[in-house]
Amino acid sequence: MKYSYFPGCTLHTQTKNFNDSIKSTSAILDIELEELKDWQCCGAVYPLTTDSAMGLVSPYRSLQKAHECGNNLVTVCSACYNVLKRTNLTVANDGEIRTKLSNYMDVDEYAGESKVLHLLEAMRENNGFGIIKEKTINPLKGLKVAPYYGCLLLRPSKELKFDDPENPTIFEEFIKSIGAVAVDFPNRIECCGAYVSITSQRKVKGASESILKSASNREADIIITSCPLCYHNLAKEQERLEKDDYTFKPIPILYFTQLLALALGLEVESCGFESNKIDARPILKSKGLIYRGDA
Amino acid sequence: MKKIGVFVCWCGLNISSTVDVGKASEELKNYPGVFYADDYKYLCSDPGQELIKKTIIDNKLEGIVVAACSPNMHESTFRAAAEAAGLNPYRVEITNIREQTSWVHSNKEDATIKAIQLIKATVEKVKKSEDLFPQQIPLTKKVLVIGGGISGMTVALEVAEAGYPVILVEKEPQIGGNMAKLSETFPTLDCASCILTPKTAEVGRHSNITLMTNSEVVESSGYFGNFTVKIKRKPTFVDWEKCIGCMLCQEKCPKKTNSDFEHGMGKRKAISVAFPQAIPYRPIINEKECIYFKTGKCKMCVKVCPVDCIEFEQLENIVEENIGAIVVASGYELLPKEKLSEYGQGKYADVIDGMQFERIASASGPTEGVIRRPSDGKIPQSIVFIQCAGSRDNQKDRPYCSKICCMYTAKHAMLYKHQVHDGTATVFYMDIRAGGKGYEEFVQRAIEDDHVLYLRGRVARVYEEDGKLVVLGVDTLSSEQVRIEADLVVLATAVIPSEKAKVLGQTLKVGTDAYGFFNEAHPKLRPVESMTKGVFLAGCAQAPRDIPETVSQATGAAAKVITMFSKNHLVSDPQVAKVNEKICVGCLQCEPICPYKAIEPETIEVRIGHTVEKRQVATINKGLCQGCGACSVACRSGAMNLSGFSNEQILEELKALCL
Repeated sequence: MKYSYFPGCTLHTQTKNFNDSIKSTSAILDIELEELKDWQCCGAVYPLTTDSAMGLVSPYRSLQKAHECGNNLVTVCSACYNVLKRTNLTVANDGEIRTKLSNYMDVDEYAGESKVLHLLEAMRENNGFGIIKEKTINPLKGLKVAPYYGCLLLRPSKELKFDDPENPTIFEEFIKSIGAVAVDFPNRIECCGAYVSITSQRKVKGASESILKSASNREADIIITSCPLCYHNLAKEQERLEKDDYTFKPIPILYFTQLLALALGLEVESCGFESNKIDARPILKSKGLIYRGDA
Repeated sequence: MKKIGVFVCWCGLNISSTVDVGKASEELKNYPGVFYADDYKYLCSDPGQELIKKTIIDNKLEGIVVAACSPNMHESTFRAAAEAAGLNPYRVEITNIREQTSWVHSNKEDATIKAIQLIKATVEKVKKSEDLFPQQIPLTKKVLVIGGGISGMTVALEVAEAGYPVILVEKEPQIGGNMAKLSETFPTLDCASCILTPKTAEVGRHSNITLMTNSEVVESSGYFGNFTVKIKRKPTFVDWEKCIGCMLCQEKCPKKTNSDFEHGMGKRKAISVAFPQAIPYRPIINEKECIYFKTGKCKMCVKVCPVDCIEFEQLENIVEENIGAIVVASGYELLPKEKLSEYGQGKYADVIDGMQFERIASASGPTEGVIRRPSDGKIPQSIVFIQCAGSRDNQKDRPYCSKICCMYTAKHAMLYKHQVHDGTATVFYMDIRAGGKGYEEFVQRAIEDDHVLYLRGRVARVYEEDGKLVVLGVDTLSSEQVRIEADLVVLATAVIPSEKAKVLGQTLKVGTDAYGFFNEAHPKLRPVESMTKGVFLAGCAQAPRDIPETVSQATGAAAKVITMFSKNHLVSDPQVAKVNEKICVGCLQCEPICPYKAIEPETIEVRIGHTVEKRQVATINKGLCQGCGACSVACRSGAMNLSGFSNEQILEELKALCL
């Protein structure tokens, strides 16, 4: 399957390991991702003001371009996914906004004909989890993985239709397909604090701390996520917890494609573990899942 | 040309403030065919009706138009007045200048023009109207009640007491419905069985009631006063006539299975009766669980039965009954917990629903009335009750209020506190809706005397941790997030219609709303009738409601049936379809279109010159026809016509409006 690919700002800067592991793994899984030419910011936040279309200009441009290429659009960052998918729905349903946007940008009118998919959805669409299971060379046996969904992937559920917002299972399916064990932890769909980290560290602290502790209580070896923002908030909070709370045992946080890369038998060096704030390699080594790599 | 009178009603200020009624009647005076036109303040008043009568007689009018409110309101009033003056009532037509004109417009000038146009169109219609005469239809004075819960039983007993035969059909092997499963009832805390069993016993022994349990209505045809229904009697594998109810079979049966009656809280034997006071007190074999049906061996029940009444080879049979009226009392179910993923989606044994709590609190339940949690049988020290679990929730597509939950949750919390004095009961609520006699006082008693903690807010999540259920919620009055560790969580899940209600609705041709509750004919004025004549509604089949309300509505439905049966024959509306056999080509395109199955083919003999030929035409069953007019639209030759709304009349109306 061929898709247009929208990486989003962070994947080309702070989270190159995410981008690299997506590219290397999707190649194995026959998911062809063609990066959009000169893409720009997704808009970062879906605008909730109904009388202003300005916030939709940026996502509309990306969507319109992907449609010109004739492909459905795949993205991975939860925030990008949220903004792009909701914008796609808005322009499909609201002719007035659509006309306004295309006139403003002087482009052909686009009415939401293409689909916006998260990489996980793109996998699910074509029995991807079955294929992953088949192509898994190095099943991550005994590795307890806590899937952290966050909120932007799931809500608003009637618009995103990603999964059951209260009891999602797509990450669990993914974890199963790479041979690991999914840890059921109660805070897997709570908000990490999101953009509030810019204005109030204190509020994010509470939100992220409960997520980390809840995963830790359920004895997770690793937390996976698909969202650079969640990653940032959780990692930052973990740094603080390490300093302040001597009872807390830090848990490596990874992007799901990093584990996928390992399971598909790629070299440890290409999984990008060295860029994670907490190195996952010691725990992977102790489980006998890797033999090399400095740790 | 006919002499037509026009009466324009002011309806106080309702019409006259937006429509210039004086101008309208003046203008109509000069309209061709109009012999008399006037306006009056309240035509529906006694003097107003007198005016109409007098005018008809004095002027020898041959048709009248009353421009007033909707024909739903006063058509019958004015038709009766005309009849009293010697005019055929079907020569009276109403122009709706209130709901369709004055109430929906604000510009007086335009509204007046519209009203005049509409009245003129109606005058044209009346010019073409004919005398119509109602027909008498025979009536079978026997009622079918579907559902043997408290509503169905109430209807059955009332009608039976009035002296008419009743057939009570219940899908379960015993009657009593959901009420039989309840422990105590609000707001008096009297035990549900104590007030229900006298009713069930009376239904069981009443000479006018034929009880058909373990049965379902599968087909219905005919029309009001004369229905024919087919009832499927499912096999019980026990000859209930022979059986003496000794229950030795139940005692000795080696196979235990889950009991539907206990809602997963308790077990029953493969051959058993659901509960000790069941009526009829006869056992039934669960075909899916019975060892004999699975392996061909066992037959323990056959060995112990003293009267030899076990019949493994029993088959289902269909019985046909002729009846005059149907009362639908098919009851309710609860939204499955599996739909509520935030509360564990049925994952945790100790998250139960209201009905399950009723069973563990019931003296005849699996714990003999001691409130124990299902997972390990411990007596819970802390219970959290979550109201509006699924109800009033657009996300769950159940935006309605289930009405009974506020009260039964207060009752549950109270029953628990009466047993476990040092336990804590916490209730999360959105609003407390305790409208009913003694209801608010009951809730206050729970809060003040029994110290039940009421927190206003929703619960975000329930999960298990270290053998406890952690409930995360919010108290919106203090704006605090709350975390409560509970031993048991009780969900007041949404009331939904019985699973088979939709299919039953299709069988009986009665409409249901978006959620599957049966639609009443009018939400305020005809709450116990359905849109299908002769089919009445009672209890939770129509909407969620509590026992007192159910009983009152059921009594109302029974009264409707008794009123219907008090006459020796029924009178049909003559405004039904009729076929012009001369031009009907017998194509029968109308037959599948008719929603009431009132059209059938008929062979008639026609004389052409000297020969007599046989020819097929459509014919109408005037009892079944409801006058919807669908056939007249579908008819290619124009042979089908609706009396009172003939093609000719409607065309004249359109001409007056558009040309």
